[in-house]
Amino acid sequence: MTGEPLIKLEGITKTFGSGPAAFQALKGIDLTIERGEFVAIMGPSGSGKSTTMNILGCLDVPTGGVFRFRGVEVQKLDRDQRSLLRRRYLGFVFQGFNLLARTTAVENVELPLLYRGEKKAQRREAALRALDQVGLVPWASHTPAELSGGQQQRVAIARALVTQPDVLLADEPTGNLDSERSVEIMELLCRLNSEGITVLMVTHEEEMASFAKTIVRFRDGRVDRTERGARALAEDGRPA
Amino acid sequence: MLGTSILLALREIRRHILRSILTTLGIIIGVAAVVTMVTLGNGVTASVQEEISSLGASNFIVFPVRTGRGTIRPFDEADVRAVEQQIAGVTIAAGNVASSATAFYNGQDWDTRVQGVNNAFLEAQSISVEEGRPFSKDEEQAGKNVCLLGLKVREAIFVPGTSPVGARMRLGDVSCMVIGVIEERGQGGGGADDDDAVYMPIKTVQRRFKGNDRLDYFVLKYDPDYAPSAIQDSLVDLLRERRLLQAAEPNDFNVIDTAQVNQALGAATGALTAMVAVIASISLLVGGIGIMNIMLVSVTERTREIGIRLAIGALAREVRLQFLTEAVVLCALGGLVGIALAFVASIGLASVIDVPFVFDPMINIVSFVFAAGMGIVFGYYPARRASQLDPIDALRHE
Repeated sequence: MTGEPLIKLEGITKTFGSGPAAFQALKGIDLTIERGEFVAIMGPSGSGKSTTMNILGCLDVPTGGVFRFRGVEVQKLDRDQRSLLRRRYLGFVFQGFNLLARTTAVENVELPLLYRGEKKAQRREAALRALDQVGLVPWASHTPAELSGGQQQRVAIARALVTQPDVLLADEPTGNLDSERSVEIMELLCRLNSEGITVLMVTHEEEMASFAKTIVRFRDGRVDRTERGARALAEDGRPA
Repeated sequence: MLGTSILLALREIRRHILRSILTTLGIIIGVAAVVTMVTLGNGVTASVQEEISSLGASNFIVFPVRTGRGTIRPFDEADVRAVEQQIAGVTIAAGNVASSATAFYNGQDWDTRVQGVNNAFLEAQSISVEEGRPFSKDEEQAGKNVCLLGLKVREAIFVPGTSPVGARMRLGDVSCMVIGVIEERGQGGGGADDDDAVYMPIKTVQRRFKGNDRLDYFVLKYDPDYAPSAIQDSLVDLLRERRLLQAAEPNDFNVIDTAQVNQALGAATGALTAMVAVIASISLLVGGIGIMNIMLVSVTERTREIGIRLAIGALAREVRLQFLTEAVVLCALGGLVGIALAFVASIGLASVIDVPFVFDPMINIVSFVFAAGMGIVFGYYPARRASQLDPIDALRHE
């Protein structure tokens, strides 16, 4: 395991449909992500960034190429094995928050632990700890309808954190938020990253991407270029 | 995991309470119909069986009936003796004649029936003497003024705790000596109460109350080694001969075979139960389709939720279990409501049609399990569909 990067994509292709209607969304992606990274994936619509994110999140499998996560070749795993991988190592944050309606914040955060078969008391304790990390303990018993967008997204982050994942995958996490809330969310992600979680984020906003250590730019199903984020540059002064 | 699934299912059902109730209506009605019908069927069977058992332990009951001639020709003691002596296999033949009278003792009075019977009748009907003794041969032959009391008569005119045996009481204007008390019998046939009666020798009743030597009916018991149909045939032949009936004339008497009555009733109840089962299964099938429909709606409505669950690592079988549990819990609740409804309806209807309420735990358990089973059968397809959703598509679903 030592020396093995957390994520390694080699020649990843993805084709949707077949025959004349087939559309190649990814045309050979090579990407290596180390532990503790904060990667922002950028690119115009249709550049393949969401498809890549779905593959990285083990929600989808590539048509061709090799995707190693912690040394495991994910494209060889079946549906349930990928589910177990997500359950154990991955946390998701979506643009639309995707919280369960009419379910309190703390119950939403507990949800992933339910599938891990943890006891009720332990679930509650871990969920409150995760809510504490995002500063929402006082809102624990509120339902999503009673929370602002920023608060909902922070609940979603708490839900992603509660299992103490290796990787946090965030798909346009600030897409539905105003700029002030967006900065708050980004600062939260930076803090979590500094505490050791690898963060992968898709965004189309340069300002948000600048919080990342590395920015990967997609164009037309390929990686166009990889650069160090502005903050990272400011901190360590080294180009990528 | 299963406990959590049940809690989740209950929460989901509570959220759509009206929809849940409407959906399970088919199951509720089906279960309620089956349980009510079976419970009432049991009540009818029980009441009929009580009726039959009140006919007594004898095998045949023979009584005269009106035919075209217009009059009833009663039997007498000679007919009974002839049957007992001339038909092979008959062990007991015993007559009965009844009258009514007021019983007096110690200033108390009570209107009751006077049953003219001999010991043979008591034996044929398995009526036993609880206290005192049965009639003696001499008392039967001479028609002595002795009597056996039914329990109600004893309670009505004798002081509790004292033995009436040896007391001299009056029946109408006939004085008689109490020689014993009959065991408790319960409700008798045709609304008559065997406990509300005073038993005296046939001859006494004929002489003192009736003024003739007629019998109302007679019963007979036969050796079980003989074929009942053969005995019945010889019985009919003998009685026709004794009553001088021509070949073309119908029988002016009736023979009831208690075993046959029992059998016929059993068959009728069985047919009724089968019919109810068919109707109920149609209702349950319709109910099951309703469950399937609403579960499919639920899966569509909650596509995003399923997507979230799959994304955070739920396995296909866990999602399947969740929806299957929901269907089963819904059906099981429907079953419980149906059973509760049936309980109330059975008690009400039983009192309306005047049969006892006989609670049958088996049919309740079977109905409940069956209802829950419907959840598995009709919930499986929607649950499977939910579990096979693609998480990416499901998350995008609006």
